[in-house]
Amino acid sequence: MKMNRFAECGNWVLDRFPVTKFWNEHMAHYYAPKNFNFWYFFGSLALLVLVNQFITGILLTMNYKPDAKLAFDSVEYIMRDVSWGWLVRYMHSTGASAFFIVIYLHMFRGIMYGSFKKPRELIWIFGMLLFVCLMAEAFMGYLLPWGQMSYWGAQVIISLFSAIPVIGDDLSLWVRGDYVVSDATLNRFFAFHVIAVPLALVMLVFMHIVALHEFGSNNPDGIEIKDSKDPWGHPVDGIPLHPYYTVKDIVGVAVFLIFFATVIFYMPEMGGYFLEHANFIPADPMKTPEHIAPVWYFTPFYAILRAIPDKFAGVIGMGGAIVVLFLLPWLDRNPVRSIRYRGGVYKKALALFVISFLVLGYLGTQPATPSATIVARIFTAIYFGFFLLMPIYTRWEKTKPLPKQLTDQLELEDQLPVLIATLDEMTELKPTTSEIGDPAFRSNFFNRRPNAEGILNVVSRLAKKVIGSLD
Amino acid sequence: MKTFIITLLLSLTLSFGAQGSEGIKLQKANIDIADNISLLRGAKYFVTYCLGCHSAKHMRYLRIAHDLGTDEKVMLKDIAPEGASIYDQLHSAMNKHDAEKWFGTQPPDLSLIARSRGADWLYSYLKSYYTDPKRPFGVNNLIFEDTAMPNPLWQLQGEQHATQRKTIWGHYTELVLQEEGLLSENEFDRMVNDLVNFLVYVGEPVQLERQKMGKYVLFFLFIFLIISYLLKKEYWKDVHH
Amino acid sequence: MNNEGVDKSKRQFLTSALTVVGAVGTGYLAVPFLSQMQPSVKAMAAGAPVDVDISKMEPGQLIRVAWRGKPVWILNRTSDVLETLKALDGKLRDPLSEESKQPESSKNPVRSIKPEIFVAVGLCTHLGCSPTFRPEIAPSDLGEDWKGGFFCPCHGSWFDLAGRVFQGVPAPTNLEIPPYRYVTDTLLIIGEESTTEKSA
Repeated sequence: MKMNRFAECGNWVLDRFPVTKFWNEHMAHYYAPKNFNFWYFFGSLALLVLVNQFITGILLTMNYKPDAKLAFDSVEYIMRDVSWGWLVRYMHSTGASAFFIVIYLHMFRGIMYGSFKKPRELIWIFGMLLFVCLMAEAFMGYLLPWGQMSYWGAQVIISLFSAIPVIGDDLSLWVRGDYVVSDATLNRFFAFHVIAVPLALVMLVFMHIVALHEFGSNNPDGIEIKDSKDPWGHPVDGIPLHPYYTVKDIVGVAVFLIFFATVIFYMPEMGGYFLEHANFIPADPMKTPEHIAPVWYFTPFYAILRAIPDKFAGVIGMGGAIVVLFLLPWLDRNPVRSIRYRGGVYKKALALFVISFLVLGYLGTQPATPSATIVARIFTAIYFGFFLLMPIYTRWEKTKPLPKQLTDQLELEDQLPVLIATLDEMTELKPTTSEIGDPAFRSNFFNRRPNAEGILNVVSRLAKKVIGSLD
Repeated sequence: MKTFIITLLLSLTLSFGAQGSEGIKLQKANIDIADNISLLRGAKYFVTYCLGCHSAKHMRYLRIAHDLGTDEKVMLKDIAPEGASIYDQLHSAMNKHDAEKWFGTQPPDLSLIARSRGADWLYSYLKSYYTDPKRPFGVNNLIFEDTAMPNPLWQLQGEQHATQRKTIWGHYTELVLQEEGLLSENEFDRMVNDLVNFLVYVGEPVQLERQKMGKYVLFFLFIFLIISYLLKKEYWKDVHH
Repeated sequence: MNNEGVDKSKRQFLTSALTVVGAVGTGYLAVPFLSQMQPSVKAMAAGAPVDVDISKMEPGQLIRVAWRGKPVWILNRTSDVLETLKALDGKLRDPLSEESKQPESSKNPVRSIKPEIFVAVGLCTHLGCSPTFRPEIAPSDLGEDWKGGFFCPCHGSWFDLAGRVFQGVPAPTNLEIPPYRYVTDTLLIIGEESTTEKSA
């Protein structure tokens, strides 16, 4: 009887609010390709990190003071006097870096499997807008602790606006609200960081997902699963998002959280990359730290800025490095989506692009010595070459024939025997001397010594495989 | 193509290898923030030798007493300066104007100095004072040249002089103890180490607790991972067969 | 897709197990998130006991000090006032402070350790406004029945000069008495409990 009332109440709501319809359309009856691999975890993880940033961020605002005189001390107050404040703060600061790791991998997935191609261009555009918003959010958030790096980083980046001809100086003045970065800047960045940009992020995430669910996900084979359907109208190679990908994504979440917790509890500064050492000194407008570098996620773009020996051109280069990403759907002329069936030219170009991104990222953290600047210029050229030459080299590509149906995706346990065999090859068993315990068990786990010859074999095989896969 | 990449990578490593060799090699501090006895000695040294000029305004006596397992009354009697309340932060008694007048600058707050400078730097710095008549206080520092801070520990350490040494790799400066202090060299090293140990603790008082807690969190997450993996495998039997 | 031979009970079990573990994890995460809204050490430091010197207080004078950010009143009551208090019992809701908050040492008709010196938290037990001190007898706005006391301007609650609430007003209990003790005859510490042997 009581249960009935309860159910009635539920039905009353469901009749008036389309929860079931929404659930079916986007989860239970939403079909996703069955061959998603490792790279497909990062979309749901990005959402998880976004939620983490929202919750911890709201808690931080309860004790943070957006005032140049109080900001630095209020962060330390959170770290020491507020109960559990340190955990909330580390979750937020680590979450910022985790966000970029997840997003960079998510974007690379899109480039690798051609997820930005027709008809999914708009998903890519919304995603890129999300990326730009995220950079703005991170940049403004980084000013809030009001340490030396916060202050001088903001000073440098806002001064970039002054490179724009005619309106530049007035524009950077307007952004700062003062002649230097000051209390006014801090206060407005707080407003943007806490209200304006998060709202934009939420709306863009919504649009990103709506656009995605219109055509459905791409997959590692880059073919449309809607092309072959079973008699009931469901894609043969599709499986409902719920429960199959919900349970799979939970595994991804668990692995991610293990990494995330390891950083939070054991290395929250991450060797000065997640929390920079100089940022533990309160902002001093009279004295620039000896070496200033942005947080790691901005360093590739920062290296491009420094590589170009002209203020305005440098700003254009840095902005251009992001703008070209927007144009990707129109730069790539090859209709084949997935890297699996594309030609060697593209594979090599993509490998070079990844190397240039990583090298530029490293260079951005280092002082600008003359030799480093030369290296940065070469890799800046490669970075832009990848995009700007794309309309040309993607035309000569010799692509491989596409499969009619999705190929099977190997699971972790399918790959275990190969991994164990490789381990066997790389190590040798030491004759056992101990008498304790089961000899078979001991020899398998504790008496292995590296085997030079085996390691060499494995490495050379791996190298051959990598080089071979570039054709 | 390949040689091109290799050349680039080589030039990369070379350009930064040259970078790293500059500057003076730091001496290694022996940091163990689980060593409450060392931390308590460090706290005492801090209050005696540092608090005159430097504060550690983000730290409270109460927190030190709790974290280091000392009674609040013992804390107030043995370590805190007279008249301090257990809730007080470690504020220096020196006022701003005097500091500007005497040192030309304000002594920085030391709450976070270990996080911005690092333990080894602090340890080396405190041990690297030497006599230099050109400086207003008659001392200079090898690690932080022309530092505004006089050596607060000189009576304990004694007087060091800088001597130029020459080797096949070039010149370097060595500090030689000219006049012995109240402490032997080993005693002095231990004292500075205690002080730096305390500063590392003060930089992030929660670090020990955080690491202890991490184990439980990771253990829990592993359990979560195992169950979620089993669940996934069970459901995905529908997909693979 | 193949749903044949699915072990439903195993799925059900694993789903429940993961839900339970996930719920426990969320619960543990909620603890720090919720407790970070608790008073911080700074708030506790501001809540440290307060010393009050009462040597210069004149009869009838009221002084206010802040303890944990709350107003605490210290009133030096004259013998006339103490006499008046005895006559009020019939009009009060809780004359013997059975349902009100006070340390054991102040649980008596005059609600204080020493009868003359009255200490109370100056916040109405109704909705937390701070009542005004009205020692005068029968003022024109409060009427004939007013024998001196505290009047809450927010919702009109009446308290006598021992902080006891009258009948027929919204406040449910007498004013709260904070823990306090005498260090010397003229020095009070507010926020520290008076031990029994001292009050005896």
